[in-house]
Amino acid sequence: MRLERRDHVPAALALAAPIGAVLAALILCAGLIAWAGAPVLEAYGRLVTGAFGSRLSLTETLARATPLMLTGLAAAVAFRARLWNIGGEGQFYIGALVAAAAGAGALALPGWLLISVLLILGAAGGAALLVVPTLLKTKAGVDEVVTTLLLNFVVLLFVSMMIEGPMKDPLAFGWPQSAPVVEHAILPDLIARTRLHAGFLIAIAAAVAFWLIDSRTVQGYESRAVGANPEAARFAGIAVDRTILRVAVFSGGLAGLAGAIEVIGLKEYLTLDLSPGYGYAGIIVAMLAQLHPLGVVAAAIFVATVFVGADSMGRSLGVPSFIADVIVAVSLLCMLVALFLARYRVRRR
Amino acid sequence: MTEAIEIFATASFWAAVLRIATPLIFGTLGELICERAGVLNLGIEGIMTFGAMVGWMTVYQGGDLALGLAAAAAGGGLFGLLHAALTVPLGLSQHVSGLGITLFASSLTYYSYRLILPGETTPPSIEPFTPVDLGFLSDLPLVGPSVFTQTPPVYLALAMVPAVAWILYRTPLGLAVRMVGENPHGAEAQGLDVFALRIGAVVVGSAMMALGGAFLTLAAFDSFFFTMIQGRGWVCIALVVFASWHPGKALLGALLYGLFDAYQLRLQHVVSDAIPYQVFLMMPYLLSILALVVMARRAAYPRALMRPYRRGER
Amino acid sequence: MIEATRDTVLALDGITKRFGDTLANDAISLELARGEILALLGENGAGKTTLMTILFGHYTADAGSIAVFGRPLPPGRPRAAIEAGIGMVHQHFTLADNLTVLDNVMLGTEPLWRPRSDRRAARRRLEDLAARFGLEVHADARVGDLSVGERQRVEILKSLYRDARILILDEPTAVLTPQESERLFATLARMAAEGLSIVFISHKLGEVLAASRRIVVLRAGRAVAERETAATDRHELAELMVGQRLTEPRRQPLDPGAPVFALDGVDLPRAGGSALAGVDLTVREREIVGVVGVAGNGQAGLAALASGLAAPRAGRLALFGEPVRRPSPARFVAAGVGRIPEDRHGSGVVGDMAVWENAILERARDPAFARHGWLRQGAALAFARRLIADFDIRCPGPRARTALLSGGNMQKLILGRILSADPRFILANQPTRGLDVGAIAYVHGQLLAARERGAGVLLISEDLDEVLALADRVAVIHGGRLTAPQPAGELDTRRLGLLMAGHWGEAGHAA
Repeated sequence: MRLERRDHVPAALALAAPIGAVLAALILCAGLIAWAGAPVLEAYGRLVTGAFGSRLSLTETLARATPLMLTGLAAAVAFRARLWNIGGEGQFYIGALVAAAAGAGALALPGWLLISVLLILGAAGGAALLVVPTLLKTKAGVDEVVTTLLLNFVVLLFVSMMIEGPMKDPLAFGWPQSAPVVEHAILPDLIARTRLHAGFLIAIAAAVAFWLIDSRTVQGYESRAVGANPEAARFAGIAVDRTILRVAVFSGGLAGLAGAIEVIGLKEYLTLDLSPGYGYAGIIVAMLAQLHPLGVVAAAIFVATVFVGADSMGRSLGVPSFIADVIVAVSLLCMLVALFLARYRVRRR
Repeated sequence: MTEAIEIFATASFWAAVLRIATPLIFGTLGELICERAGVLNLGIEGIMTFGAMVGWMTVYQGGDLALGLAAAAAGGGLFGLLHAALTVPLGLSQHVSGLGITLFASSLTYYSYRLILPGETTPPSIEPFTPVDLGFLSDLPLVGPSVFTQTPPVYLALAMVPAVAWILYRTPLGLAVRMVGENPHGAEAQGLDVFALRIGAVVVGSAMMALGGAFLTLAAFDSFFFTMIQGRGWVCIALVVFASWHPGKALLGALLYGLFDAYQLRLQHVVSDAIPYQVFLMMPYLLSILALVVMARRAAYPRALMRPYRRGER
Repeated sequence: MIEATRDTVLALDGITKRFGDTLANDAISLELARGEILALLGENGAGKTTLMTILFGHYTADAGSIAVFGRPLPPGRPRAAIEAGIGMVHQHFTLADNLTVLDNVMLGTEPLWRPRSDRRAARRRLEDLAARFGLEVHADARVGDLSVGERQRVEILKSLYRDARILILDEPTAVLTPQESERLFATLARMAAEGLSIVFISHKLGEVLAASRRIVVLRAGRAVAERETAATDRHELAELMVGQRLTEPRRQPLDPGAPVFALDGVDLPRAGGSALAGVDLTVREREIVGVVGVAGNGQAGLAALASGLAAPRAGRLALFGEPVRRPSPARFVAAGVGRIPEDRHGSGVVGDMAVWENAILERARDPAFARHGWLRQGAALAFARRLIADFDIRCPGPRARTALLSGGNMQKLILGRILSADPRFILANQPTRGLDVGAIAYVHGQLLAARERGAGVLLISEDLDEVLALADRVAVIHGGRLTAPQPAGELDTRRLGLLMAGHWGEAGHAA
């Protein structure tokens, strides 16, 4: 048996890979659902109806997909340039922290302007957090995987310190949470009386913008070259370090934007459970999408479906809702194998 | 201020240093073995989580403590096998596969725990390892109550340091493992099975990581709770770099980390009014980053680290 | 074919190997006798290395069989080849830089599960062998600190340590000075006299004639001829190897013009080889200056200076008569420097990107290909199509993935990329390494044509014949220092060899 790399991955195969991976993951996880004593097919049925069955659940799924799209884009843009940003979670929280701090009344600005400023500040916060390990990588050769990972913990502790200290809401009966943002800093709802807000459109716009930048601009071209072969890029005269830094600003900015949007679009104040791991899930979203910006939209909706659907499945059938995390993680691993199978063909000798 | 210094004079402080260092010794040695063979294992955080739960659950379900450790090691080895299968013969991205293993192992841990113990609000506890009495050694001043009254897994971890060093530097197997991490083509040319060596190293290394997790639930504490690993796995990866891939220096790094962590925990009580406790908790992470920065330039990476090997391809 | 008489130690019968659509080995049969030195001659891509990797078990043949000392060799297992007494000295050494010589030699010789290595016995055995065959190396030295010649000695010792009776050397002289090569041939003769059999793979006619007793010529995967070394000559072998007569482009005498690239007392810290110290060099219009030397003696630093990747720590660097204060690849390209990198896969092209994307790699920000930050894809595609046509780049089209191109076509793409900008100074760093004869002639022709158009060329090469054929003046680099260039007509390989080995006094010249 021998593996042979395909010259081209046919488009149909590239599209089939994520679908096959998700199906494989669902089959593999069926055993876990059966272990919980639940009928597997019914459970998956509930998962789907729980995510799409009603107007409310559908909008909830899209609301949940919003931060995932942005953290997924954050991971995709970084991974494309081979910057291993695993710090999406920390960047998300910094973005949220900045938006919550600046949106609680400190800035006296009119509605849309205030919202824009908060989004930009949130993105800047996330970007700044990633710039530090990126500079350590380019200037001092420090591996960014571990530094970005460790910074996640530092940021969470910092957020905890802030919402138990200076930012603590005095009206929250002692709960560690920040004071809510002012009313006109809140993103408008897309559909009245649902949790779906304008942040969803921002995320879609970000995906389209990323796609255009990546495929049509000189900057996108340069980051692709740097990601695929930094040696050759440097030799050809592309400013490799500057390109990586620019990618870091984009990547951290997108994750920070996700945090800011989650605060001013949905939660309206900052707590330590604002994110159920959106930063980490973004990595899965990016991989399922094969790092393609438009694929990120679809992958984020898939992951959100699993999370929202698993909640309702868990409630009705007694399956712990952690099944959602398992399904998503197994999908990632299956996706890796699927990508491999798409890229190589197995030949006998 | 004297209070802050007196901390060093207490035996309980030094005992805590060793206790904090132990899971890191297991984890760092485990990661070191994987990386020496050329495979980065970012699954460590999840594998430690899984080890903590499985070890604890085995004892909670009636197994004895040694069986708990064995179960954890076996579980860790299985996840290691999965990571190795994806990254060695298939040559997939070690970064992504490792993160996937971490997400998979931790979510599976939480799912299984919830499923076996539904609706437990306070985590139930087990009877953990007790300190061993080493006779007169345990009666020595200061070192007696600190070094010589530890639980058996602490000594297991300490014994593993020279054992791993011996295997790596003094046996044909260790030479072969180092070679596949430096130049797998060279190993293949000498008729060694690169895949088998790498897979073996990742499985063994992952089993050791899981022991580190199990130490937390079987010796340091007596129950399992979510997110108890708290980034210890990532710290281990930083410590491997700090140690320049040497087992002896890994021990040193883990002890330094333990020293610092134990000190900040005690210092918190001394100066809790002036500085928020989160600042102290941040310190170990920031210090790990600092250690990376200091060592980054000097690090002599195994040359083939993160490079998948394919037969007949250069 | 020579009949299987004497003591045949190795017999290959009908070895066939196919990669995709290419037939790398087409029913090759050959035999090797005890104490014989057999040369396997063929140009790059003729199938020599494939054949030997099959013999050594890295690949499995699609058809055919191998017998060693009369016994069939199980395919696909390096271990079996080693146990049968075959040792292989690879073209790219299979040593680990971070390990010691002893570690590298001992690897795989003891049962894996033995609780303790017997290093003392191993050291004694290694030292005995080294003394017996004149292959001295220090057992505790880190391999990364050894010279290329010493590493090759370690590779040979590795095989001897394993009781190899048949030794295969793949392009063993590619990295050696002529003197080191001669020393190697002496060692081989000594080993053959002791009854070892040797297969010697090469594409260099001179050394095949110097070192072997019998020659098998491979062309396009087939064994096309077999000759006793004593009964053949250079011309016959060259024709057999290439299959046709090739005319090497001739260098017209031209008067050089103004300096295009000048180094004046330049120091450069260690950059993947020796540090440079006090280097003076001037390349002028309409001339090719060749730099030869053993790999790792400072060529990397010199190439970095000439491509804008490095700035001198001391001394001055000038382009076209103007001093360059803060060099960068982008500034060099903009100033009119064309650069052919040493490693075309590693730093010449981005393999995963399309041909058109690589065509504009150096000029993506040029107004011709970018407007307001947007890429003018149409213009880039048209440019790539023109390069494909003008430089005869064989590929499915401008959108093909560049990694799919053969080495020669990749080099043509790089040549097209730089020559289309009409550079006034060209750095050509190992421009023909690994190319087949046709592609080599093409590259040589293009460099000479650029010279005739007025460009100055800095040619860094390990191939002495290439440098002597193309260069007007030749300098030798050793230990980070450069001799003053001398007219190529006044030099021969023997003199160059002495200079390359650092014997600047004995060669009758000092810089």
